[in-house]
Amino acid sequence: MTEKKSCLKGVGLTKVFGLGRNKNMAVDHVDFDFAEGEIVSIVGESGSGKTTLAKMLLGLINTTEGDIYFQGKKRDIRSHKAKKEYWTNIQAIFQDPFSSYNIFNKIDTLFLDCINMRGGKKLPYEKKVEMMTEACSFVNLKFAELTNKYPFELSGGQMQRLMIARIFLLQPKILLADEPTSMIDACSRATILDMLMKLRNDTGMTIIFITHDIGLAYFVSDKVFIMERGKFVESGTADEVILRPKEAYTKRLLNDVPKIHEEWDLSTVDIKVN
Amino acid sequence: MGKVILEVNELTTKYITRFNEDVYAVDHVSLKVEEGKSLGIAGESGCGKSTLALSLMGYYFAPLHYTSGEIIIDGQNITGMHPDTVRKSILGNEIAYIPQAAMNALNPTQKIINFIEDVVQAHDPKVSKKEIYELARERFEVLGLPKEVLQRYPVELSGGMKQRTVIATSVILEPKILIADEPSSALDVTSQKMVIKMLRYMMEKGYVKAMIFITHELPLLYNVTDDIMVMYAGQIVEKGASKQTVFDPIHPYAKGLMGSIIVPESGLKDTKLTAIPGTPPNLKNPPEGCRFAERCKYVQPECKRFPVDMKYVEGDRSYRCIFTEEYLRKAYQND
Amino acid sequence: MKHTLQQVFRSSKFVTGFCIFAAILMVVIFYPLFVPNPPLEIIAQGSFFPPGTYVSTYDTVFSSKAYTLNLTDAATKRIAAKLGDQERNDIKEYLMLVGVPEDQIDSTNTILLLDLWEKNYDPTKKISGMIFSKVRYFERLNKSLDGLLSEEGLILASPNIDTGTLEQVGIINLSDYVNIKEVASVRTLPLGTDNFGRDVLTQLVKATSVSLMIGLIAGLIATFIGLVLGLLSGYVGGMLDDIIMFITNLFTVIPSFVLLILISYSVGQEHRGAVMVAAVIGFTSWVWTTRAVRSQVISLRNRDHVNLSKLSGHSIGYIITHDILPYIASYVVMALILQISSAILAEASLSILGLGPKTSEVPTLGLMMNWAMIYQAQILGKWWAYFPVLLVIAMITFSMNLMNTGLDQVFNPALRD
Repeated sequence: MTEKKSCLKGVGLTKVFGLGRNKNMAVDHVDFDFAEGEIVSIVGESGSGKTTLAKMLLGLINTTEGDIYFQGKKRDIRSHKAKKEYWTNIQAIFQDPFSSYNIFNKIDTLFLDCINMRGGKKLPYEKKVEMMTEACSFVNLKFAELTNKYPFELSGGQMQRLMIARIFLLQPKILLADEPTSMIDACSRATILDMLMKLRNDTGMTIIFITHDIGLAYFVSDKVFIMERGKFVESGTADEVILRPKEAYTKRLLNDVPKIHEEWDLSTVDIKVN
Repeated sequence: MGKVILEVNELTTKYITRFNEDVYAVDHVSLKVEEGKSLGIAGESGCGKSTLALSLMGYYFAPLHYTSGEIIIDGQNITGMHPDTVRKSILGNEIAYIPQAAMNALNPTQKIINFIEDVVQAHDPKVSKKEIYELARERFEVLGLPKEVLQRYPVELSGGMKQRTVIATSVILEPKILIADEPSSALDVTSQKMVIKMLRYMMEKGYVKAMIFITHELPLLYNVTDDIMVMYAGQIVEKGASKQTVFDPIHPYAKGLMGSIIVPESGLKDTKLTAIPGTPPNLKNPPEGCRFAERCKYVQPECKRFPVDMKYVEGDRSYRCIFTEEYLRKAYQND
Repeated sequence: MKHTLQQVFRSSKFVTGFCIFAAILMVVIFYPLFVPNPPLEIIAQGSFFPPGTYVSTYDTVFSSKAYTLNLTDAATKRIAAKLGDQERNDIKEYLMLVGVPEDQIDSTNTILLLDLWEKNYDPTKKISGMIFSKVRYFERLNKSLDGLLSEEGLILASPNIDTGTLEQVGIINLSDYVNIKEVASVRTLPLGTDNFGRDVLTQLVKATSVSLMIGLIAGLIATFIGLVLGLLSGYVGGMLDDIIMFITNLFTVIPSFVLLILISYSVGQEHRGAVMVAAVIGFTSWVWTTRAVRSQVISLRNRDHVNLSKLSGHSIGYIITHDILPYIASYVVMALILQISSAILAEASLSILGLGPKTSEVPTLGLMMNWAMIYQAQILGKWWAYFPVLLVIAMITFSMNLMNTGLDQVFNPALRD
């Protein structure tokens, strides 16, 4: 395999909340380099700082320290225009499909926004409908059935699929998926994962998975980063990290997940402590 | 064969919505749990798992209403009883229920010991506070919770600790059966493991004689319970020993469910996850025939004609499908 | 939207409140159509006429037609109306003062009593120790008792200009009646008149409408300021939030009523119209709306749909109006309702202190209370001058709070019963 081009790179990325004694290092000098077309997972328990990192990557919150390089160039998001430009390249799917939608807007509004963002504002309406239909069919939904509907008329799985359709319309270079399947059923989960992988294969998008589910991370990703208290404690290819973990934290995490082919060793936790 | 602790026959309960529509969320469910055994209930969200758990308590409040069937706990039929009797002498004494976010039910202005006093005195006001403290302290020690916890306020405890405290309290009166509805899904993996270990401990020590465990996490269910029951649209579609149900499911829905298990084990990357298209039927007017027919890969016209009954097969298993076991296995192989 | 409205109107609390409020509103709208009199017109000479129907004596006498009715209880009623227990005791007291032995006076026997009175009463006689008002009282009493037992009618006479003598023009018999419908001038004053002699009911209806308008203007101003500041400080955050919260805290610490009094006073009597008072109330009561809106916005700000809207490149203005405002709209409506009702109360309190709108143009509920208080209606027992006003204020605030509670239950499922 040839060396892939760097897509998103972080150097010494840090986020500090609070001041003085209440100082809390949510993300602590994190370095990474995600290549184009890769699926990477950032795995951590609640409070590990993975969501803060995701928000920094998206430019929704400021970084305290450190730089982010997008396609080799230092990211500049100081003005609203620059931010808008940056957001054509990086997009996100969030955890809770029910809170991801503005319940007062029809589904059409959401899609038309995406078309407008990609500069399709002046296209004839028929063309827009065609694009929306294509995006919906990518996620196995029919646009004709969804038009003029409100989000609360759909199920959680359908909502999350429409979020993927939105990404399909926007065609960003990077997709940041923040626990995209943790709120939906196991059966719909497979569908969502399939679609995300298809999206990567079709468009060469870089997908960053933020998850607490180490099994899921292993299943979808090429590379896995394990995060603990704001730091990456272990990183490498999925096989390396999950099947041959080196760090104690990763080992513990893996050990505590219930499995079906291997024995689940309950003796590792001592309920007398804590 | 052990003593039957809980026997449920053809239990049907319904929700009455604000628009006066009936929703049959639990539809003719029968089950048996023997002493020392645990039963797991699996299924998608909205399939009636949590409603079944609520219904099993025998204490109904709007919008949930009892329709028919019986619940027998250790030979005592509780379905005909007055709600007050059920509340006073059955709940907590015979049957304990841990809801999904049990740890949030702790009163933040009360110490844990006061909470336990409330629980015990609600059933027997004569017990003195000293006795209760002794009982709680002893019980907490056995279950690996430090006795200092009793004097703490809920905010001073971590999420996992709170959950374990609630579970330990729920069995303080030694009920015969414990119904746990997703007791660990809000916790991180390590706390989850502690909760599971504690539940096991409780069974071993005999604080509860049997357990019903509800979760949508199949790997967890597989590791915790002896038997697994798969629910779909308010009905049981498959029942059997955990190992068989997970590795060798018969019903197409169970097959789909088991095919979506993700665990961090070698070989996972090569497996193809199965996805079940569509959504569960609306229970306001469920389909006449097989409820899974709309989403089933192997559907035939006759599936939709008549209600399908449970069928027994070898090894104390049963499933709800018009096809024979051999037919289904062959169909799975051909995929 | 339709579904929400359905739910709102299914809430019994809201419907009760709404019905009361609608009834008040209907009266305010339709009453002036039937009674077009100006509300502050002085119709009575004298103050605090009790509620009742007023018939012109002149028109009654010259009514086109007199009917003869032989009612047996007419005389008894007439005597009872003139000669109550109080008067009987007063007569007895006078008689005893002039030296009639007590055992001769039977105050229950009307004929005997009047007979004694006629014999003994002498207006010129000076009884030592009797105060002047008492003397005049007995003069009036004597006048009204005149002819009480007479069987004769009353002779009407008019002066003849030529001869300068009185000429009989008619006679009114004791059994003469007129039909009230045939009397030219009749005025019903269901709530009597106030201290200036103005019809209380007409005034009350007008005052209600003015007070509602003051409430609405003040409520709108307060809610608008609160909403804008709350949205900005909640959504933009940072320095702007600090500044706005500093100002808000200042206003919280200074009691807004004191501020209200100071502003009202410094504005001066001549500029203080109803709208001005409404504006003053509005500009001093936005504080808690700001705080409430801010906290709502802060919880919404981190929701995923707002993040997603940002990622779609929308501007701050678009996000605030499209992604935040609709979510808090129901909350703001509830805040508005409470602001209106508290503004009505604030106007009433201000006016009682004499800092209400400029008098003599329009009445307000507060002004009516103020007038009633200044002219001691409550001490004199003239209940009709202040009690209906109190009742209207109570009904308005009660209905609004009820509507608010109903809405709260619909929009906040945790409060549903």
